[in-house]
Amino acid sequence: MLTYTIRRLILAIPTLLFISFIIFIIVKLSPSDPTANLPLTIPPEVREQIRESLGVNDPIIVQYFKWLKLMVWDEPLHLIDNWFGTEIAPPNEPGSRIISYQTRSPVMDLIMQRMPQTLWVVGTSYIVGIIIALPLGIISAYKQYSIFDQLGTFISMLGFSVPTFFTGVLFIVIFAVNLQWLPSVYDTTHVVEDWDSFVVQFKQMIMPVMVLGLFNAAQISRYMRASMLDNLNQDYVRTARAKGLGEGTVVLVHVLRNSMIPVVTVIALNVPAVFGGAIITEQVFKVNGIGQLLIIAIQAGDVPVVQTVSFIFAVLIVLFNLLADILYGVLDPRIRYD
Amino acid sequence: MTDPDRPGQPLMTSGATPAGAAPVTDPAEPTVSRTIQERPPRNQWFDVWDQFKTHKGALFGLGFFVFALAFILIGPLIWTVDPQFADIRARNSNHMLACFRAGGGEGAWFEAVRSCFANPVEFSRANPGLFLKLSWAHPLGTDQLGRDMLARLMTGGQTSIAVGLTAMLLALFFGTLIGVLAGYFRRLDGVLMRVTDLFLAIPLLPLLLVIIMLFRDQLRSAFGPEGGIFVLIVVVIGLTSWMQTARVVRGDVLALKEREFVLAARSIGTTSTNMIGRHILPNVMSAIMVSATLGIANAIITESALSFLGLGFPSDFPTWGRILFDGTDWLSSYPERVIWPGVLISLTVLSVNYIGDGLRDALDPRIRGR
Amino acid sequence: MTRKVLLLGAAALAMAPMAAWADGHLSRGGSGHLNIIYWQAPSTLNPYLSGGTKEVESASLVLESLARFDDTGTMVPWLATEIPTVENGGISEDLTQITWTLQEGITWSDGTPLTAADAVFTWEYCTHPEGGCAQASYFDGVESIVAVDDLTIQVNFANPTPFPYTALVGSESPIIQAAQFADCLGARAPECTEANFGPIGTGPFVVEDFRPNDVIEFVANENFRNPDQPYFASVTFKGGGDATAAARSVLETGEFDYAWNLQIDPTILAQMEAQGNGTVVTAFGTSVERLHMNQFDPNPELGDIRSTAEAGPHPFLTNPVIGQAMSMAIDRALLVEIGYGAGGQPTCNVLPAPELYASTANDGCLVQDIAGANALLDEAGIVDTDGDGIREYEGTPLRVLYQTSTNAVRQDTQALVKQWWAEIGIDAELRNIDASVFFGGDPASPDTFQKFYADVEMYTNNFAGVDPQAYMANWACDEIPSPATQWQGSNIQRFCSEDYDALIEEMAATADLERRGEIARMQNDMLIQSYSIIPLVHRGGVSAHANSLGGIRMSDWDSELWNIAEWYRIPE
Repeated sequence: MLTYTIRRLILAIPTLLFISFIIFIIVKLSPSDPTANLPLTIPPEVREQIRESLGVNDPIIVQYFKWLKLMVWDEPLHLIDNWFGTEIAPPNEPGSRIISYQTRSPVMDLIMQRMPQTLWVVGTSYIVGIIIALPLGIISAYKQYSIFDQLGTFISMLGFSVPTFFTGVLFIVIFAVNLQWLPSVYDTTHVVEDWDSFVVQFKQMIMPVMVLGLFNAAQISRYMRASMLDNLNQDYVRTARAKGLGEGTVVLVHVLRNSMIPVVTVIALNVPAVFGGAIITEQVFKVNGIGQLLIIAIQAGDVPVVQTVSFIFAVLIVLFNLLADILYGVLDPRIRYD
Repeated sequence: MTDPDRPGQPLMTSGATPAGAAPVTDPAEPTVSRTIQERPPRNQWFDVWDQFKTHKGALFGLGFFVFALAFILIGPLIWTVDPQFADIRARNSNHMLACFRAGGGEGAWFEAVRSCFANPVEFSRANPGLFLKLSWAHPLGTDQLGRDMLARLMTGGQTSIAVGLTAMLLALFFGTLIGVLAGYFRRLDGVLMRVTDLFLAIPLLPLLLVIIMLFRDQLRSAFGPEGGIFVLIVVVIGLTSWMQTARVVRGDVLALKEREFVLAARSIGTTSTNMIGRHILPNVMSAIMVSATLGIANAIITESALSFLGLGFPSDFPTWGRILFDGTDWLSSYPERVIWPGVLISLTVLSVNYIGDGLRDALDPRIRGR
Repeated sequence: MTRKVLLLGAAALAMAPMAAWADGHLSRGGSGHLNIIYWQAPSTLNPYLSGGTKEVESASLVLESLARFDDTGTMVPWLATEIPTVENGGISEDLTQITWTLQEGITWSDGTPLTAADAVFTWEYCTHPEGGCAQASYFDGVESIVAVDDLTIQVNFANPTPFPYTALVGSESPIIQAAQFADCLGARAPECTEANFGPIGTGPFVVEDFRPNDVIEFVANENFRNPDQPYFASVTFKGGGDATAAARSVLETGEFDYAWNLQIDPTILAQMEAQGNGTVVTAFGTSVERLHMNQFDPNPELGDIRSTAEAGPHPFLTNPVIGQAMSMAIDRALLVEIGYGAGGQPTCNVLPAPELYASTANDGCLVQDIAGANALLDEAGIVDTDGDGIREYEGTPLRVLYQTSTNAVRQDTQALVKQWWAEIGIDAELRNIDASVFFGGDPASPDTFQKFYADVEMYTNNFAGVDPQAYMANWACDEIPSPATQWQGSNIQRFCSEDYDALIEEMAATADLERRGEIARMQNDMLIQSYSIIPLVHRGGVSAHANSLGGIRMSDWDSELWNIAEWYRIPE
């Protein structure tokens, strides 16, 4: 297993290089322009100068390698400096950081600034989703076609089939406009330092977390239920019961463990999406996390931001897929990779 | 061990051998051979149908799905209002159910509702305090331009269901193919899973912009302006949503591959094609079914999310997702504009889900026939 | 004004609150905290690095210029003592030089004095060849800016400039501090993140925390020249979400005090306003939503030469009769009612304001006349010859491809116009393109508004400030976009007339205001009567503020927040 992990990690490097190149080509080819959002009163010559100063007109290959060098070498050094207070990174001079077109500031700083609210909101909603989904899926499967199962199915499919831009606005209209219980605008500058500020943070998180959590729970609980159903019919379950094991042990130890494979896949696959933020929910509640950063960058033709965020996303995807593969082996020792 | 809630008692396997334990025979065969003694031979699909019929949810699902298809396909032939036509004078009309909001005391309420249904135009004129604008010309009301909601829901449904089904099938096909190949053939695993990683990592919107730029003109000349964008969106949604299915299927296959019945089948020299077709695929069916049911919902929602982000279908090309999105702003004043498309999307997704459940049970020989 | 007078004035102002406003809300910081929401968030606070409205307006809380435009479009001295004119000797007789005098005693928020050297530096900063300054056009024609002494700034133009109030005037070209940006010239501009995100200014507020594309926290400037202002102690400037959500947070939930650019359905906005928490305010500038009728042939079969001079004239849109009929068929009042509400007025002019320049010659278009349009076409012999409901002109059926950017109001407008044109036998195919592509100048994309690979396209344009000279010069023959110019050029509908070009030249040489107005009106009428451009709606800015917020004088000629120092909280 260890050899396998190491081999996969080494293999990940060319994979990521290839992925980053493909993303770069796609982002560069897409016909958006960093000056598109400027007012039309700004004349074309000035726009051309702006593009020139951003380096948009360099050959694609040059731009790619410039970006790659900064991404794998300079930026990690800056990150280390930032964390440990060292000074190993080259000093700030033109071309020593990945610079966003819109803000003219280092992309990494933007990402770090967005991380807290994204992890708070999207991360919590994911955990909430899993906490709801697993018991829901297990009980639904165990009591297949019971009232609980029917209700669970109905609610989870409702949660999955209604888009978040609608549930978000519905929640705002009910809880923020009519009842005035919760704020409709998320305050990213809020700092939790005592109980009262925690309550404020909690209140502003409820709506986005529930909207996203419902969506996540719906999806995961469907996989959990289906997989449990498959396993409940297996011979080994009968054997376990015949051995005289308690019903709880049979279901929660034997069946659950064997049912986790597709569920683990789905959960692991969506963890990178947590870091990617949630474009629509963030927009509806003005959370302004990574998702909003990405969508604004896409709309503004901000290639360095799109490229960097997508690349970090790709790294996380590769890592978490590896993690899922390793977990398969843990859950089912018969799965071997070597 | 008996569970009263579970019909069919799947665990009491005696005569019939489950697919997993009897790799050499066709999974459906034992059931058929047993029924032969009682009745003349019949197609195995009759048995599937028999089992399917016992699943109430599935029957409801099928019923609603047929109704939805009739609504979107036959509906426009009966309700021939042009969904594009903006009847400016009738804009912002309410749907007829708003009649139930008619005021009046206990007894007067019935009378008010009755007169409202009988002559809605007159009723809304006579009761300006209710702020109603009703007419049988637009039973579900109109939007802010006066376009008939009923007609828009019908044409919108055609697009939504078509997008949902095609994108789902596309995703399912690629997902299953890649998942099975990667899980079954170890040599392909690395390559295929890295391709999956690649697709997971590509940001959807720039990809869409690139594809629109590169292929729109060709598709427009080949399929017409609306057909072109339809093909584009279906392909993009299909191409960007197969990865999860692939990963899930691969995970299942990896586990199945080590099971005794597969080892047994391999030991007697079953070819890979047979192995996949007869032993692997039937056993990953439940994961695929879940993917399929989630896939339709996912496609419909992705399409509406594209509208939210300003991409997707042109505005004069309604889809359920788009109608819902447009209606969201009117949530508090005209709730019907979100209720109808919302209900249609949810019920369609729910019905597909139940059909999937029923099919899964019906296709499982361990359950069928008991 | 001497210091003594100032002090007296200050004392008087300080007395006033004591008498009338016991709670002192009209003193510095006395009104407490202000919450502003801009649903498009600013990405930087340096307006020279990004020309977007959101950046310019957020920066206007901090950075100021010599003179500004108030809510009526009148120029008011801001950092300068007065507006220089030829009469008061501030502008030289040959119109090549303008001299500004700074008010005495103005300091930056860090306490150092503002001098003419800062103005000179600002010019150097923006005109640096490697800087990519977004406001470079404000310094067009400026040969040099010289600091005569600490308070006197002399701007020299290369040619006679009848309207010299461009450089360092208005919120787009404010003065930045030389000391702070000294190391940020040219290619080094992006490294100065700290300066770009927290410029030191002379304005009423100081940046405390800036998070790009998210939120800005401002506090009152302790060194602001008016000791009582700003009345607010701090400002939160939040971004994100969409226009409906922004309107909701002011008009429905009351979480915010001021929301900008509420381009939403007027019915929804009116319903929100009816809840009584806030007020919708509008201000009109020069923005006009218009249709451009391609004068060149955009037929896709022509390949790369379509929409250029080589493609030849458009098969039917060059005929003014058809354009006139298309214009007559449109009910502009209804377009306003459905899409713009208080934020729009029907217009028949491409140059609707200021009043001096607004023509009245074309006002007939304000009333929809479908029967008249049909009659006009019938009379001209443009009739439906093959019975398919579409008229033909010299054998070509009148089918147009009508494109615009993706935006709910524009799509509603498209749907209505399509229907009206159908009633006069003209068929329209609609297309909408993502705004970042449509307004993007990517020469590789077929969908930019400059390429105009369509018959009709719709968008809004305007000009900054109050002088239309440069704007009306957009329709010169040599401004036609073509592959030779990388598709750059602002004559989008490819209009070309020698008479018009002659008027442009005359305008550039005329200083007399009356005559300039006359020329501008003639240019406007010439464009409109060619029916190569069909104006639809004169658009204004729409914002909303909480009822408890006072002192707002919304302007579309400058930043909406131009007088934020005077905003105050109305005591309950």
